[in-house]
Amino acid sequence: MSGAFTKSMARNIFFGGTVFFFLLFLALSFDSTATLPKRDNRANLTPAVANGKKIWETRNCIGCHTLLGEGAYFAPELGNVYPRRGGDFIKAWIKGQPSGAPGRRQMPQFNLTEQQLDDLVAFLKYTSEINTANWPPNIEG
Amino acid sequence: MQYKSQAVATPYFIAAIGLFVGQIIFGLIMGLQYVIGDFLFPMIPFNVARMVHTNLLIVWLLFGFMGAAYYMIPEESETELFSPKLALAMFWIFLVAGALTIVGYLAVPYATLAELTGNDLLETMGREFLEQPLITKVGIVIVALAFLFNISMTVLKGRKTSISLVMLLGLWGLAVFFLFSFYNPTNLVLDKFFWWWTVHLWVEGVWELILGAMLAFVLIKVTGVDREVIEKWLYVIITLTLVTGIIGTGHHYFWIGTPEYWQWWGSVFSALEPIPFFAMTVFAFNMVNRRRREHPNKAATLWALGTGVMAFLGAGVWGFLHTLAPVNYYTHGTQITAAHGHMAFYGAYVMVNLTMISYAMPILRGRAANSNKSQVLEMWSFWLMTISIVFITLFLTAAGILQVWLQRVSETPLSFMATQDKISLFYWMREWTGVVFLIGLILYIASFFVKGEDKAAA
Repeated sequence: MSGAFTKSMARNIFFGGTVFFFLLFLALSFDSTATLPKRDNRANLTPAVANGKKIWETRNCIGCHTLLGEGAYFAPELGNVYPRRGGDFIKAWIKGQPSGAPGRRQMPQFNLTEQQLDDLVAFLKYTSEINTANWPPNIEG
Repeated sequence: MQYKSQAVATPYFIAAIGLFVGQIIFGLIMGLQYVIGDFLFPMIPFNVARMVHTNLLIVWLLFGFMGAAYYMIPEESETELFSPKLALAMFWIFLVAGALTIVGYLAVPYATLAELTGNDLLETMGREFLEQPLITKVGIVIVALAFLFNISMTVLKGRKTSISLVMLLGLWGLAVFFLFSFYNPTNLVLDKFFWWWTVHLWVEGVWELILGAMLAFVLIKVTGVDREVIEKWLYVIITLTLVTGIIGTGHHYFWIGTPEYWQWWGSVFSALEPIPFFAMTVFAFNMVNRRRREHPNKAATLWALGTGVMAFLGAGVWGFLHTLAPVNYYTHGTQITAAHGHMAFYGAYVMVNLTMISYAMPILRGRAANSNKSQVLEMWSFWLMTISIVFITLFLTAAGILQVWLQRVSETPLSFMATQDKISLFYWMREWTGVVFLIGLILYIASFFVKGEDKAAA
């Protein structure tokens, strides 16, 4: 870099650029949160969904699965598991773990009550109805 | 060592390396579980191993950053650290809190841990990378504030350099954006939206300021190039970083229920995110080529150059690979993401910490540089770990491409598990490469114990 471009010019551009783009980011974020009610399925945020989310979090499901593509990549995507499998299958599956099949990936047994299972299914159903711009590409997730 | 109080960096660096070893061991456990699914089940289920792997990474990088700050800031400020005692107390608190958290993950079921640690008061657990119990999160905030107080006071009473300023901005940003980890609304979209304010604005934002400041500090020392030149570069690099990286957050807002204009904002700005990393590579090589002295610590110079190159490849190139929305539509949440994550974290944050440790540790131990023998071994470890991570990334990328093809692009898509079975060869190759990485890490540690003639005292 030539001598005409000094360190204090570089510093001013840094502060100016950072402040400008951070404010732009805040503006976009503000607009996003204002638009979200049309996309995030909040009308269906029932107490059951809230309980289900807590089950989801306190069993660290994200440590193996992805949810809307975020999480670990060890086990299937669950953002669309409700339309893929249906509520009854999901409950039966969770109850049947671990499979114990030698050499296969194992899911722990969480000893959930019937109520907790229903809440978890409610959470997964709510999640599947979020408008995700048509992601994932197909039902396999 | 120019200031006595810089010595508090030593335990931070040692703890960082110790936790690094733990991180790699759990990485190998997980890698094996990818192909032998029931390995160590139910003793260590995959989700627990992953939590330990990623949390150890975060904690040891933080130890590295703090150690770096304690080493750099007195020298930059030309004054002793404000309170070395506070720094040591925080070291033990952070280490014990971190160790207890890891023991908690391993010893009790996660739901029990949540109950025991007050998750019902404020539900923050069970989200990727932010799995820590509430008390650990509060502890992190307390340690961070005490640390920032200590560092800021030191800067305030001494010389104020651009490197100090950038380091402080990065560290304060780290603390501020961590506060979003306490916000966890029931609304999943809002939860995810602000989760990224911690995760993205850390690794593609303020952490890069810390990275830049650390690299600039070491480059001044090993090359002897004029501070004005190096600090000008530093400002240019971090300008590019934040101008691209802040709005670049949008590349996480494609498919999580957020408005679709983010596909444009996120794609365009994050496509520019490789530029600051490219600038960093050019910077590092340029400064070393224009060096005004031959520093005896060749290993530190190698790490510094490696940081530039590997951060550009891992964060820049592998990030760009899947950041455009039409591509990401297919690759989102696949092994492509894992490939990028591994090389980006290694290239940027692991390597910059090892650069700093490589430069500072010999001085903290009373010599300008280690013996030739020790440096040769350290350089072997550099190449083993770096080449391993390149191949781990290539194998995961191959796995990811096949996964996308079989599960997402195909007219007759396979299920997730059927796809996993078909790509297991690549997981095996990744695992064996991981073993080579561990060997590299063991050699790295061994290099600290190799005797031989020391280079002149510092």
